[in-house]
Amino acid sequence: MGTIIKEYNYTPAKIERGYSGKSLYINVSDLRIEEKVITDFMKEKFTGGKGFDLWYLWNAVTPETRWDSPENEIVMSAGPMGGITQYSGTGKSLVAAISPLTGIPIDSNAGGYFGPLLKFSGWDAFELQGKSDKDILIFIDGNNGLIQIEEAEEYPEDSHLLAEELTRKYALNEDDMVNVSVVCTGSAAKHGYMGMLNFSFYDPRRKVCRFKQAARGGLGTILRDKKVKALVVKYKGVTPNLNNAADISTINKVGVKYHKEMHDLDSKQNKMRQIGTANTVMIMSQYDLLPTRNFQTGGDPETVKISPEVFINEWLTQGLHDGCWYGCTMSCAKCADHFLLTSGPYAGERVTVDGPEYECVAGLGANLGIFDPQAILEENFYCDTYGIDLISFATCTAFIMECYQRGQITQEQMGGLDLRFGNKDAVLELLHQMSRGEGFGKLAGLGIRNLKKIFVEEFGADAKLLEDIGMEVKGLEYSEYAHKESLAQQGGFAMATKGPQHDEAWLIFMDMVNKQIPTFEDKANALYYFPMFRTWFGLVGLCKLPWNDIVPADNHKTDSPAKVPEHVQNYVDIFNAVTGRNIDKDELILQSERVYQFQRVFSVRMGKGERKDDYAPYRSLGPVSREEYLSRQELYDKQLRELQGLEPEIMDLDEKIAKLRSYREDQYEQLMDAVYRRRGWTMNGIPTPERLKEIGMDLPQLLEVVEPKL
Amino acid sequence: MKVLTHKQELCIGCLDCEVACSQAYFKTNDPNYSAIRILNNNNTFRARNCTQCGECINMCTANAIYRDRNGVVRIDKKKCVGCLGCVGFCSELVMFYADDLEVPFKCIACNICTNACPTGALEVLVSQVREK
Repeated sequence: MGTIIKEYNYTPAKIERGYSGKSLYINVSDLRIEEKVITDFMKEKFTGGKGFDLWYLWNAVTPETRWDSPENEIVMSAGPMGGITQYSGTGKSLVAAISPLTGIPIDSNAGGYFGPLLKFSGWDAFELQGKSDKDILIFIDGNNGLIQIEEAEEYPEDSHLLAEELTRKYALNEDDMVNVSVVCTGSAAKHGYMGMLNFSFYDPRRKVCRFKQAARGGLGTILRDKKVKALVVKYKGVTPNLNNAADISTINKVGVKYHKEMHDLDSKQNKMRQIGTANTVMIMSQYDLLPTRNFQTGGDPETVKISPEVFINEWLTQGLHDGCWYGCTMSCAKCADHFLLTSGPYAGERVTVDGPEYECVAGLGANLGIFDPQAILEENFYCDTYGIDLISFATCTAFIMECYQRGQITQEQMGGLDLRFGNKDAVLELLHQMSRGEGFGKLAGLGIRNLKKIFVEEFGADAKLLEDIGMEVKGLEYSEYAHKESLAQQGGFAMATKGPQHDEAWLIFMDMVNKQIPTFEDKANALYYFPMFRTWFGLVGLCKLPWNDIVPADNHKTDSPAKVPEHVQNYVDIFNAVTGRNIDKDELILQSERVYQFQRVFSVRMGKGERKDDYAPYRSLGPVSREEYLSRQELYDKQLRELQGLEPEIMDLDEKIAKLRSYREDQYEQLMDAVYRRRGWTMNGIPTPERLKEIGMDLPQLLEVVEPKL
Repeated sequence: MKVLTHKQELCIGCLDCEVACSQAYFKTNDPNYSAIRILNNNNTFRARNCTQCGECINMCTANAIYRDRNGVVRIDKKKCVGCLGCVGFCSELVMFYADDLEVPFKCIACNICTNACPTGALEVLVSQVREK
């Protein structure tokens, strides 16, 4: 369709024990295409996946680099275990860049076929640097060793149209469609900071392109700033051992054991195969964890209207495979087929809506006060096709709604939009404005941190209130878990390196419900182990969900059920079977810690990785408003009495709120101290040279960053 | 629907069926390559082989399993990626695999074992059972 402006031929590297040994570099400023060698140093220190991404990114940028600087890169990699077909959740693409929302490295991961097909095309990692002066797309043909850069002005912006068109363009016939995967975003990514990346996979049963998202931190915004409309990879010939694993027999054995577990237990445990991650919505509401109306409360009687049963029985197609990579029998990527859109440019069309995942129901539903499954699905569709991170969108819109509710901004200042909690039409219109880059939607796309400044400086809002209720840390919006009663999770969110996303730690049940980590040291240990362990998924190319969204029948009898020891051993066994190495579960943590500490130092280098950056808005820690306090008065009064030795009966409400706040803020400070000690950081949050040396990461570049901060 | 059936009372446990099957498809006498397995429980013999129930069709992660016009559940080797999901999901434990094979294998009611059976214990029946 468009003119091909660059062609590059290469010999696809053969994969040995999980690594192709090559990475691809493309600079879209001058159309330079280069091949790099994956060194033993990289494998030792960074393992792969997100580790490789961050290392390449470190070398590409300087402390002065901003998200829209030409040298900022989008780096992606599948990881050494990526693409094996025998175990669930092995098709992840790990993506990193300097984020427009935070100014520091963001890492995000997505399912879909792109990562594995990229690796099978010969590339362990892919760096995209520079800025094009016109819209382009990049096509990688892994069978023929061909890369083409093509002008892409004429292709549609929105993902559901673009991915479909490109998949048809590069596939020879219907059977060939599964061999094409597209990375793209949507029309809104050009206008805000919360643009995400869609990673496609073709569903041969539904005959439609489906998507998983590398959603967090504005990666889609960067793609469009580089004027790249899409990345396309094609590789035909996926077979069970393209990774040339050292020991395929172990992979088969562990894989079959896991598939059988899924077959026997999923229906008794989380029903991931029926509803996916949204299975937890009612449980979250019951435990006061479902963020409702901007995290003001943790649930609502109306939640029943958006319960898993409603989606299973009325909206989601049942009984068909829904995995986002081969071999994933967890099959959690549910979808609503033949969904009729009622608003926006595609009103009246029937579409397949991917999702809703938990974050979608919680964020676009409860957190906006919308308890309407149809509205949630429509919001879900438009977030996806417009290329909007629905987590940032939901949390940001919830913040706007509360600002409006509390009289901090007016309907007029929102361009006439009546963004009351529960007004689904206004929310959908906000999305359409974001797509068009018009009106208040254009402003809302800048994210909470920027909006706080604008609302205060231009609209005269109360700065202190906005700091308390704006659910962001480091510039990134919180993901969708209320957690006021879990101190450990408050730290899990606010001390997370990239910003408050729960992929580092989800400790709420351990902490709040099961009370397994009562002391600061216990919490700090959990905030050491789990972020390290979970980092490892991103190094090797795995999805987190198959780790603990199903557990072996006898898991509760183990000495640490929260770690799911048998599944950890599965990962150790498969890693060794792929790479021929001989790690154990402790070395797994060491591999992770090298990258975890590296990323923290990277954030410090970019100006945001110190204690001051790890504070949570008070809404995360406790009740900001009188209504919030009153909603759980009995609980809070009890805490004042039992934990602080006060007499709530003789205190007025504002005094009780203030006393509780000072207690909780002090608790959080003590938690920070304990966590920093456990992670080997100074009390200012800087990784110490001693700790870096212990884990073999005392590289001169890192020491140069941390030493002046000691 | 064509399905291989086994009459326990006629079976003498000679395992000629296993040999015939593994020889026909994989040119080996190794019973681990047979799509029928005879289990011996105190000289009472039970056969394990695909009942053509089709539960594996919709769960296949590569859309590689289908029912042919005879009602027999088949694996399209060109589409299969060897994930072994069907092996773990087979309630009857009759989807088999071997480490040196790229795709799993199963009984396709081909009659090779019925012809090899010396006692007539095996028979391929054509039934009207409702297919899943």
